[in-house]
Amino acid sequence: MSAAGPVGIVLVSHSAQVAAAVAELARGLAAGGATAPVAPAGGAPDGGLGTSAELIAEAARAVDRGAGVAVLADLGSAVLTVKALLAEGDELPERTRLVDAPFLEGAVAAVVTASAGGDLDAVEAAAGEAYAYRRS
Amino acid sequence: MSEPTTLDAAFFRRWLTTAAAAVDREADRLTDLDSAIGDADHGTNMRRGFTAVAAALDKEEPATPGAVLALAGRQLISTVGGASGPLYGTLLRRTGKALGDTPEVTRDQLAQALRTGVAAVAQLGGAVAGDKTMLDALEPAAAALGESFTAARSAAEEGALATVPLRARKGRASYLGERSVGHQDPGATSSALLVAALEEVAR
Repeated sequence: MSAAGPVGIVLVSHSAQVAAAVAELARGLAAGGATAPVAPAGGAPDGGLGTSAELIAEAARAVDRGAGVAVLADLGSAVLTVKALLAEGDELPERTRLVDAPFLEGAVAAVVTASAGGDLDAVEAAAGEAYAYRRS
Repeated sequence: MSEPTTLDAAFFRRWLTTAAAAVDREADRLTDLDSAIGDADHGTNMRRGFTAVAAALDKEEPATPGAVLALAGRQLISTVGGASGPLYGTLLRRTGKALGDTPEVTRDQLAQALRTGVAAVAQLGGAVAGDKTMLDALEPAAAALGESFTAARSAAEEGALATVPLRARKGRASYLGERSVGHQDPGATSSALLVAALEEVAR
């Protein structure tokens, strides 16, 4: 168990609906006990498809409970924006980490692991392991 | 007018406001290029970003070249909404950081700092020259800036034109494979606009 509280999860998608729906799915599948905080950060600053640095920073601050924040991102500019924010240091909470994981499956694994009390390393590992799930 | 020997914060503010005007003027062309091989938002995104840059510079009046570039880069990351935001934002912020907090810099110092910025863009995007990206304009421009502003502008414009026969290997255009051949890269084109604006204010 992490002393500071659960790891927070941020889901960054080009689409506000996708980010919100994946957050809902992950929360739903993790239910049964206390759920780790999850915040979607979807869409561009104008509400269309794209990425908003402000929404990402807001979401990260909203889910930060002192145990770190795992960020999952879907494509191109979502990934690049998170990396650019991380590179500058002061815009995201301390111990915010971009996690290399498939967006939906990784989100479910991350929320389940964080809800079970896993620390940031465990959340990252679980999300990344979701790549290994083969359909056939 | 001959080339200025030192470049102060006012010079960098003029560069970015001139660049903002150029982006605004050329936004439709950038979007047209992007609709051929991308998602048709490059002009709109760049216009939104550079409008925010011009407004922020006007309001905050940063006092050093490094601070001007840092502020502009931050605005781009916050407002663009597409991959060009973090890429150009990183370019300007890293270039600004490399300039430090001296009130005036030489062209040589800018050239050196710009090479640091361009390297950071390459690292962030994972692209190399020849991938049909903004690097195809920025790398030759940063190299040629050691010689003169005019050489940098020519190198950027030639670099952008040289992306036409290339096959895209990064970003959404790379999904098109061979079909990306024959189109000029929108990112290399906007990069050439920014370098052209630099040459314009240095005249």
